[in-house]
Amino acid sequence: MTDLTRLSAAELAETLARKEASSVEATRAHLDRIAAVDGDVHAFLHVSSDDALATAADVDARRAAGEELHPLAGVPIAVKDVVVTKGLPSTAGSKILEGWIPPYDATLVEKIRAAGLPILGKTNMDEFAMGSSTEHSAFGNTHNPWDLDRIPGGSGGGSAAAVAAFEAPLAIGTDTGGSIRQPGAVTGTVGVKPTYGGVSRYGLIAMASSLDQAGPVTRTVLDSALLHELIGGHDPRDSTSIPEPLPPLVEAARQGALGDLSGLKVGVVTQLQGEGYQPGVLARFHESLELLTKAGAEVVEVSCPSFDYALAAYYLIMPAEASSNLAKFDGMRFGLRVEPTDGPVTAERVMAATRGAGFGDEVKRRVVLGTYALSAGYYDAYYGSAQKVRTLIQRDFDAAFAQADVLVSPTAPTTAFKLGEKLDDPLAMYLNDVATIPANLAGVPGISVPNGLSDDGLPVGFQILAPAKADDRLYRVGAALESALESTWGAPLLDSAPRLG
Amino acid sequence: MSTISRDEVARVAALARIDLRDDEVDRLAGELDVIVDSIARVREVATPDVPATSHPLPLTNVFREDVPQPALPVADVLAAAPDAQDGRFAVPQILGEE
Repeated sequence: MTDLTRLSAAELAETLARKEASSVEATRAHLDRIAAVDGDVHAFLHVSSDDALATAADVDARRAAGEELHPLAGVPIAVKDVVVTKGLPSTAGSKILEGWIPPYDATLVEKIRAAGLPILGKTNMDEFAMGSSTEHSAFGNTHNPWDLDRIPGGSGGGSAAAVAAFEAPLAIGTDTGGSIRQPGAVTGTVGVKPTYGGVSRYGLIAMASSLDQAGPVTRTVLDSALLHELIGGHDPRDSTSIPEPLPPLVEAARQGALGDLSGLKVGVVTQLQGEGYQPGVLARFHESLELLTKAGAEVVEVSCPSFDYALAAYYLIMPAEASSNLAKFDGMRFGLRVEPTDGPVTAERVMAATRGAGFGDEVKRRVVLGTYALSAGYYDAYYGSAQKVRTLIQRDFDAAFAQADVLVSPTAPTTAFKLGEKLDDPLAMYLNDVATIPANLAGVPGISVPNGLSDDGLPVGFQILAPAKADDRLYRVGAALESALESTWGAPLLDSAPRLG
Repeated sequence: MSTISRDEVARVAALARIDLRDDEVDRLAGELDVIVDSIARVREVATPDVPATSHPLPLTNVFREDVPQPALPVADVLAAAPDAQDGRFAVPQILGEE
């Protein structure tokens, strides 16, 4: 019998629809795989076997009764721990939320449950999504399935590793500065940050509200399109949610896979290559450009000079927003409460003691940095200037999209580094997101597609960016590139990853 | 060139309501100095003629009908609280000693 864990989500969905396997069998196969390999990978913080199997059994019964089901019904999924799930732990990788059981579901989780996707569990992440390696989780490191001594990227390293290690065919990530796309790049998986407002943020534990966006983590471009269509769309509970319907994404992915990109203009961003990018990363990037040209696309060079300031602007705006969002962790209504060991036990002193004990190093660093950037005397120089840079970056995007239909770059400057290598150097860690951050500042959508292995044998990602609300272009171009690459390789990239277990 | 002293870190941490140990204050003072130096370059291009942007897409106010919606069950919410009493959150003394 086929190993159900090796199928893409689309293939598994077809297998279930043809009744060649049941959702209970598929869910059990993934739970078995988790039991076999997650001791090494540690992608999951919590595995919800009973919940998943109950959903699977329900879907099987409905299918047997002839009920019309969602195309992904019965296909298991993993959810990043920053997304709240009713009845399942949701820690966001923080000690301050250890043991907290949310009383409600995020909108995207409601949609997943309504469509009948068994939730396998919650995935590991940098605490409150602050990091690029998942090493800032309060609950231990996640290991890259390609090399267990290396980082799986971050903040969504757990979701990416779970999908790369065949522990789940689908996962949910969130992307504030690259937390879906960079883990995708370093684990050889596909990750999509939708247009800001494309997927509801209701029920996401917020880091930076003007940058956060949830999206799909999968092994194929088509699977991302299927999941994106499921979780996307307008939500009255998120006032920044886009009212218009999503463009047809699955259709775009299927059309792109046919491989014809004639008439398409691809803009290579001058500022997102060169210095700081590993030679193997650049070599794969240029090979992918050739494949796009062969598919009929025209490649042009575009300049976005303000992108050189994007990282600096991001590290002011994001901590400023985070310092405000994280004020809710005050030890009063949910999560940890720590009382001071001496002196009066007032609410204010309890809050400070709780946060001192419950927040990890990176969270403290960013909240203090954000508070500093917003404090009297510094606001105009730092936060105010960063907001102006944001305007300049948006103008650069507008000018670039006047010259090209999509923009492209390597997703991350390097392949996965060793665990511990950059932990004591915050600035070096921040540089991982240099190519992904501009999209968040401007709200435009981006995808990372695995496009080969670097000289060190580790996966590399190719980033495609599209104008706001034109997410369909990501899928058209991404699927075209994926199919051209797989014809060259003769098999999906993950077939060359270590088998594990 | 910024210089973020230990005192400055302690002052900002107090504003942020985070108790820091002495060694954390020492470490953060050094780290924030380096980080703030590198991000201060936003000022190079932030000229007075450039408007500030706070949001990626144009925002308009959102209205809805003012109709009652079911709220979360109080028991579920309080079950996740550190302390509760009489159907409410129980919190420490809110005002100071004065």
